[in-house]
Amino acid sequence: MVDLRTTLCGIELDNPVIPASGTFGYGREFAELYDINMLGTFSFKGTTKEPRFGNPTPRIAESASGMLNAVGLQNPGVDKVISEELPSMAKFFRKPVMANVSGFSVEDYVYTCERLDKEPQVGWLEVNISCPNVHGGGMSFGTDPGAAAEVTRAVKKVTTKPVIVKLTPNVTDIVSVAGACEEAGADGISLINTLLGMRIDLRSRRPLLANTTGGLSGPAVFPVALRMVWQVSKAVGIPVVGMGGVSSAKDVIEMMMAGACAVEVGAANLTDPLACKKIIEALPSEAEKLGIASLKEIIGAAH
Amino acid sequence: MKQEIFKIEQNKVLAANTYEMVLSGDTSAVTSPGQFVNIALPGRFLRRPVSVCDCGPGRLTLIYKVLGEGTADMTEMLPGTKLSVLTGLGNGFDLSRSGERPMLAGGGVGIPPLFWLAKELIKQGKRPAAALGYNTAGEIFLEKEFRELGCEVLVATADGSYGTKGYVTSLINERFSQIYACGPTPMLKAIYALGMPGQLSLEERMGCGFGACMGCSIKVKDGYKRICKDGPVFGMEELPW
Repeated sequence: MVDLRTTLCGIELDNPVIPASGTFGYGREFAELYDINMLGTFSFKGTTKEPRFGNPTPRIAESASGMLNAVGLQNPGVDKVISEELPSMAKFFRKPVMANVSGFSVEDYVYTCERLDKEPQVGWLEVNISCPNVHGGGMSFGTDPGAAAEVTRAVKKVTTKPVIVKLTPNVTDIVSVAGACEEAGADGISLINTLLGMRIDLRSRRPLLANTTGGLSGPAVFPVALRMVWQVSKAVGIPVVGMGGVSSAKDVIEMMMAGACAVEVGAANLTDPLACKKIIEALPSEAEKLGIASLKEIIGAAH
Repeated sequence: MKQEIFKIEQNKVLAANTYEMVLSGDTSAVTSPGQFVNIALPGRFLRRPVSVCDCGPGRLTLIYKVLGEGTADMTEMLPGTKLSVLTGLGNGFDLSRSGERPMLAGGGVGIPPLFWLAKELIKQGKRPAAALGYNTAGEIFLEKEFRELGCEVLVATADGSYGTKGYVTSLINERFSQIYACGPTPMLKAIYALGMPGQLSLEERMGCGFGACMGCSIKVKDGYKRICKDGPVFGMEELPW
């Protein structure tokens, strides 16, 4: 019997599998198909201070082994998330949930995190300083170690729950950004958000996405993500959540060997709504084949 | 929503660039005309959303147009091929608002979902008429089938090579109790501008097709909706056009 349990910033998870923010909504659509309490947890749709419609459509494009999205943080705003989404989620999800937060200023992050921190259902705050699809916020905090540290420090001051900072791969040196977050008090790091990309419609000769550029995700980015998880987890002393193109139990194991203590699954949920269920069900036999008795043993095994 | 394996029973050309695929499998999640399915294709990351043209127990008929690489792949698929299909997606048309004499207005590959709608309305004793719009005579499909159901059928072609020259909007008039329309957005906007009661089936590039990714959102009068999950059918009165 393989032990799938892992610990994320002091909270035990039944298994390391966590649907990633923006690919799982608030869980409702997936709960129609299976009991999502089997998940380690999930990271709900990125939440901002004010409601946002997001970018114009088209917001989605396909690519080889992946996809681009430029949704632009559509969400009903933190007040409605607290008054409507969380109570509705409580009816079908009983575990601590990860609250993903985004913003356009340090004050935005502070406002939203302070409110979500008070919600008993919230186990962790995942602070997204890495959204490539909004202007004047999001990723601009994650590409500069100083700005990343400033957001982290400000959020830590007003919260009690573990703060996991979600990083962008669209930087020259991700280790320096991760290090700055750790120094500023981050309890964990999650990576990677999507890689900036674009497609052009050959007939119209115009960018396919209304936003021109979008974030690449899916199996195409897995080796990039794995490399960055390996680099960051070697350099920091706080837990690392790995994500980027994970679509199988083997990918989860590989991410953990690279140094992740838990693993988020993103784009795979969109092409197969049962992806996380299948991964969790396959984990024991995949681990057993590799002689793994407990997933905790393999965290960082490749260092 | 259900995720099921379907088998291709038949896959044949109907008109220029237009194909009919008949699938067998569990159709229990498909409950209403106007819904769609999302098909996983080998070697393509995203699924392809296709409206349901007809549905019976264990049998699903889809009509698709070759618009890109994925639909081009589909034309090569042989009977016996198995496909992963998400079924029962979207809300579908509201039949309770049809009135006695509804008009089903379709443009090109927007026509197929209206076929099952016509069948269901006729079962309820209604007398639907169909206004079918195509670019040119060589692209015409389903005209005969609508006539065989007993519908009054009006056809328009943009180039005048068959039926009335022009667009389906010119075929719609006040004698109809409810307009059900599916087709290109300019056509839907022209129908909307007629100011008659009705329902429009919208389309957009989708990520998941079941409401998770917010890839296909639109603004409606009272907020934001997902075309895949809250639609694809919207009442005229909901749209802020």
